Amino acid sequence: MKRDHISFIFRGARVDLAGFSPHATLLEWLRLNARATGTKEGCGEGDCGACTVVLARASDGALDLRPVNACILLMGQVDGAEILTVEDLAEGNTLHPIQQAMVDHHGSQCGFCTPGIVMSLFALQQSAQGPVTRPQVERALAGNLCRCTGYRPIVDAAMESCSGPAQDRFAAATALRLAALAEMTDSADVFVGTSTQFFAAPASEDALAALYLEHPDALILSGATDVGLWITKALQTPPKIIWLGRLRGAFTAIEAGDKALSLGAGLTLADASAPLITLHPDFAEIMRRFGSAQVRASGTIGGSLANGSPIGDIAPCLIALGAEIELRRGSDLRRLPLEAYFIAYKQQDRRSGEYLRRIIIPRPAPDRAFRAFKVSKRFDEDISAVLGAFHIGLAGRHVIFARIAFGGMAATPSRAPQAEMAAIGIDLDAPATWAEALTAITLDYAPIDDARASAGYRTLISRNLFLKTLMEISGIPAEITRISGFEVPHAAE
Amino acid sequence: MPPNDSSLLGAESLAVVSHPVRHDSAALHVRGAAAYIDDIREPQGALHVAPGLSPATRGRIKTLNLDPVRAAPGVVAVLTPADVPGHNNTSHFDDDPLIADGAVVFRGQVTFAVVARTRDEARRAARLAQVEIEEETPILTIEDALAANATVLPDYDFKIGDPHAALAAAQHRLEGKLRIGGQEHFYLEGQAAFAIPGESGEMLVHSSTQDPTELQNVVAGVLGMPNAFVTVETRRMGGAFGGKETQAAQTGALAALAAYVTKQPCKLRLDRDDDFAITGKRHDFRADWTVGFDDEGRIAAYDVALNARCGCSVDMSPGVVDRAMFHAANAYHLPATNIMSRRLFTNTVSNTAFRGFGGPQGMLAIERVMDAVAHATGRDPLDVRKANLYTAGANVTPYGQTVEDPDVLASLIDKLEASSDYRARRAQIAAWNETSPIIKRGLALTPVQFGISFTLQHLNQAGALVHVYQDGSVHLNHGGTEMGQGLFTKVAQVVAEEFGIPLDWVRITATNTAKVPNASPTAASAGSDLNGMAAQAAAREIKGRMIAFATERYDATPDQIRFRDGLVVIGNQTVPFPELAKLCRQNRVQLSHAGFYKTPDIHWDRAARTGRPFLYYAYGAACAEVAIDVLTGENKVTRVDILHDAGRSLNPALDIGQIEGGFVQGMGWLTTEELVFDAKGRLATHAPSTYKIPVASDVPADFRVALLDEPNRAATIYRSKAVGEPPLMLAIAVYSALLDALHSIDPGKQVQLDAPATPERILKAAEALKVV
Repeated sequence: MKRDHISFIFRGARVDLAGFSPHATLLEWLRLNARATGTKEGCGEGDCGACTVVLARASDGALDLRPVNACILLMGQVDGAEILTVEDLAEGNTLHPIQQAMVDHHGSQCGFCTPGIVMSLFALQQSAQGPVTRPQVERALAGNLCRCTGYRPIVDAAMESCSGPAQDRFAAATALRLAALAEMTDSADVFVGTSTQFFAAPASEDALAALYLEHPDALILSGATDVGLWITKALQTPPKIIWLGRLRGAFTAIEAGDKALSLGAGLTLADASAPLITLHPDFAEIMRRFGSAQVRASGTIGGSLANGSPIGDIAPCLIALGAEIELRRGSDLRRLPLEAYFIAYKQQDRRSGEYLRRIIIPRPAPDRAFRAFKVSKRFDEDISAVLGAFHIGLAGRHVIFARIAFGGMAATPSRAPQAEMAAIGIDLDAPATWAEALTAITLDYAPIDDARASAGYRTLISRNLFLKTLMEISGIPAEITRISGFEVPHAAE
Repeated sequence: MPPNDSSLLGAESLAVVSHPVRHDSAALHVRGAAAYIDDIREPQGALHVAPGLSPATRGRIKTLNLDPVRAAPGVVAVLTPADVPGHNNTSHFDDDPLIADGAVVFRGQVTFAVVARTRDEARRAARLAQVEIEEETPILTIEDALAANATVLPDYDFKIGDPHAALAAAQHRLEGKLRIGGQEHFYLEGQAAFAIPGESGEMLVHSSTQDPTELQNVVAGVLGMPNAFVTVETRRMGGAFGGKETQAAQTGALAALAAYVTKQPCKLRLDRDDDFAITGKRHDFRADWTVGFDDEGRIAAYDVALNARCGCSVDMSPGVVDRAMFHAANAYHLPATNIMSRRLFTNTVSNTAFRGFGGPQGMLAIERVMDAVAHATGRDPLDVRKANLYTAGANVTPYGQTVEDPDVLASLIDKLEASSDYRARRAQIAAWNETSPIIKRGLALTPVQFGISFTLQHLNQAGALVHVYQDGSVHLNHGGTEMGQGLFTKVAQVVAEEFGIPLDWVRITATNTAKVPNASPTAASAGSDLNGMAAQAAAREIKGRMIAFATERYDATPDQIRFRDGLVVIGNQTVPFPELAKLCRQNRVQLSHAGFYKTPDIHWDRAARTGRPFLYYAYGAACAEVAIDVLTGENKVTRVDILHDAGRSLNPALDIGQIEGGFVQGMGWLTTEELVFDAKGRLATHAPSTYKIPVASDVPADFRVALLDEPNRAATIYRSKAVGEPPLMLAIAVYSALLDALHSIDPGKQVQLDAPATPERILKAAEALKVV
């Protein structure tokens, strides 16, 4: 079954849209077609959040609201969703509680970032189960830049207005909204356009595999958090786009086994966080600092890996754990170690018509330690200067196994072979035995200078993160080795 | 109210002024209903403009083939210098061409512009030009410029006493070099303008500008028209911070030129990456300093060379670098000093105004010196600072102005020292650092003394236009612009107070050069001081006429008449304000007035290096605590206490907003915001993906901000003080606290830390200290 249009809900009514360019963005549609200018463009690359809108979808019988950056979200990606923008919130002259709190706390100055901030907080408020905490608010706002206020009044407004399960007209209309979404739900393969220019969204992997074999020149689109910039900044006009967002089943499945975790490539980074954290608690900070709430709501784990970025935050962690990936081409399945997938800068072992469908991650054994550290200029919503992941096996107090991988140190995420070898035999109680391995790691990579960091800094960081790992696994508690999350101890009073 | 001066009344007697009224547009902001330039609905046939940027950093354009641009879909016109009917220039100094003509002086310079049916078509077409540039070796860094002796303006200095002799005689001497980074404004709304041609060559330009009058002048110059044919209107900006003072001119003038050539309404909204490339930023500096001091840390002599990277043209650099010099002593009495400045030319975008206008750079240098002196003498940095403050007996600045109220800052610092629990925390932190191997903590308390007034004297004037309509509603217009700071709200509060009417009877209207002409830019923190006074003058004039009428009509004397709560109380009668307005109209009393204000008591003789450039000083102090990771350089601000002097605040809520926002912006300047130019002169930090301003989690959870709340001793509007820029410099406390944390690694050494203190620079400083 095929469908020649996308369907979504806007201003409470269903819209069936066929006449749109495959590479049109949601923000363009809102501002130029719908003339809804409340949503702003601040940067056009998904970094400032002024264009934040909320997409609501049905998930297991409940409404799932996600904030997204409309500037880099392609129009076709709204298929099946309810679009909520800042103009939807107030009812007549009565402001929504989020809006009222922002006014009461003087949370806007110039006002340009405000619509995006209101929508990020709206998404937070609608999904809040109880009163939100300050770290939750900061997490929700990491993708919203404000240059005027210094954020304090915005955080206060959020703390006041996101005080528990939402009791507003949106919550009251949940059943109706779910019904409207259900009415649009089908299992059709979406194909809008012609055989030379189209936006397609197959509903099954079989349909995807067949379509991609037929159009191996098509662009595979997952969350568009990187591809969106090819369009808005590099002004590319990919004529054929196959979006993976309608795939369910194995493509978005989480299989949590005792020995390994299998993640479908289509899981958003937001949805992949909880299972990843079951591998090791260090994934909590890595995922919290991965992009922003908007980026994690759109971007997928498969997209992050398949894209082959040398600075993706997940790849080095998974390489250190020995993850494998599964690719499919037509009906052929292929498995290979993740590290083997990355051949060179932005070049991957992916054949024509082949796509990444699953990631299989072995759980670290009980006698092995894992550590992952991200270092960036700014803690939140910044691309890593260096990301180091360490998987260390111990016999008593001696290192007998080391698998170390870095992002930001080379043209691809890659391992540190010399350091891994030199680490064998380290005595945690004799720091003198650490020196050789610490030196070795500085020889494993030849990083570059760029806007994020100098080569010298990157090299020093790689060494120091290894040192920090050894200090931590030798027994120094993370509360005094890590600055992220550090809080000033209160004096006894 | 001529009979009594309400500015001397206490805050408790005020009905609207000094109340924490909300920003006038707050309810619109939160609904997405506040209109910015790109939200103005275009009439049919409106066209869009996109600039073509130079791919080379310095050279001569050999060929510029625009045929592929013209042939691109949707293109209506391509603009080149040949299309400019007037003067191809946007600056007072005639060195900022609207469109490059022959020479290219920085990468990203506009070399042509495309006009097309849609913005998308214009942007695509702009990339199709075939440009051949004969490249020359660019001057990129401060060192390049010093080596080439390349300047945009002559050197300039202030000298007090005999600094060289005093340095030689001092008990101790230290010297150093401090690099101070620039800063991108990152206003959330990028540069934007919408030009609509009218009859007989008239042009209306809606612009996101802090200086409508200047844009009017530039557009008239470019089009070769009298100013009277050009109207510029600005309702609000989505942030500006100095970046839309001169820098809005090119966008506005290109839109106007496009409208002139095509005879259609034309809009230009810059793409964010283009905005980064084309528009100027905060000046980066290298301060080369030498200080002489005694065992107590008292400074005997200070010699500093402020080497400022001005970029490829003059722009605002005269004022910016002068202001860096004016603030090179901050709050300290320097018995002998030489403050020298160099205004360096580089082949980079022309640096411009940015909140603080050079003041922050001058101030950071002396604060850094205070820490160096403290570390050298082993004294607490706060004690060293206090030992050097201006006092009643030692209160003349290096530029000859007497600081008349040094007691205000001294007592402010004492209050903050107590309320922030500085001494106890100092001890706790020292104990922590003794035993913590990786995380080191630091603490600092630094003052700000910022001079208020434009140093270019003629800008210290303002006009306002007030109409009272026959229904009692009031139309307010003035030359100031709204960029989020709440100026419109504050001025409306003043007018409502004067007429004794509710605030919502005053209708705030867009800044428009046809209503209030010859205005100054909204800058130098002076918006409320100047426009508030002008609006007060207009309201008082109208009120005076109403009173004169009422005395006749009701047989009363002026002192029997009071305006309050929307009523006019005349002896024992009460007349609603609207009724009196209606009666005035019926009796031919003029209910409109254009008010005017010029700042008294200021003068500055630049050649003689003496005078009183500032009407008064705004004071503040901040105490910041930080933690650093000596293995990675990562850092975190854990607590900030601020006490700031906004005089008797016109609006405490808005002023707190300026203080917090300014502080966080300054914190970004000194920590994560790094401008990186590559070896070819390309700005590598070209967008928010690579240029990192603070986000919510960077702001300390423990953030305590208070107002001093004492009336300004100078006769300003309701005895308030300017508050736009000074708080930015409170963030120097963060930099100083980072120095303090680093210093704990080896208290025997001086710390070498340039700004911004990125994790990389902090780690580099830590490594240097670790070397035995």
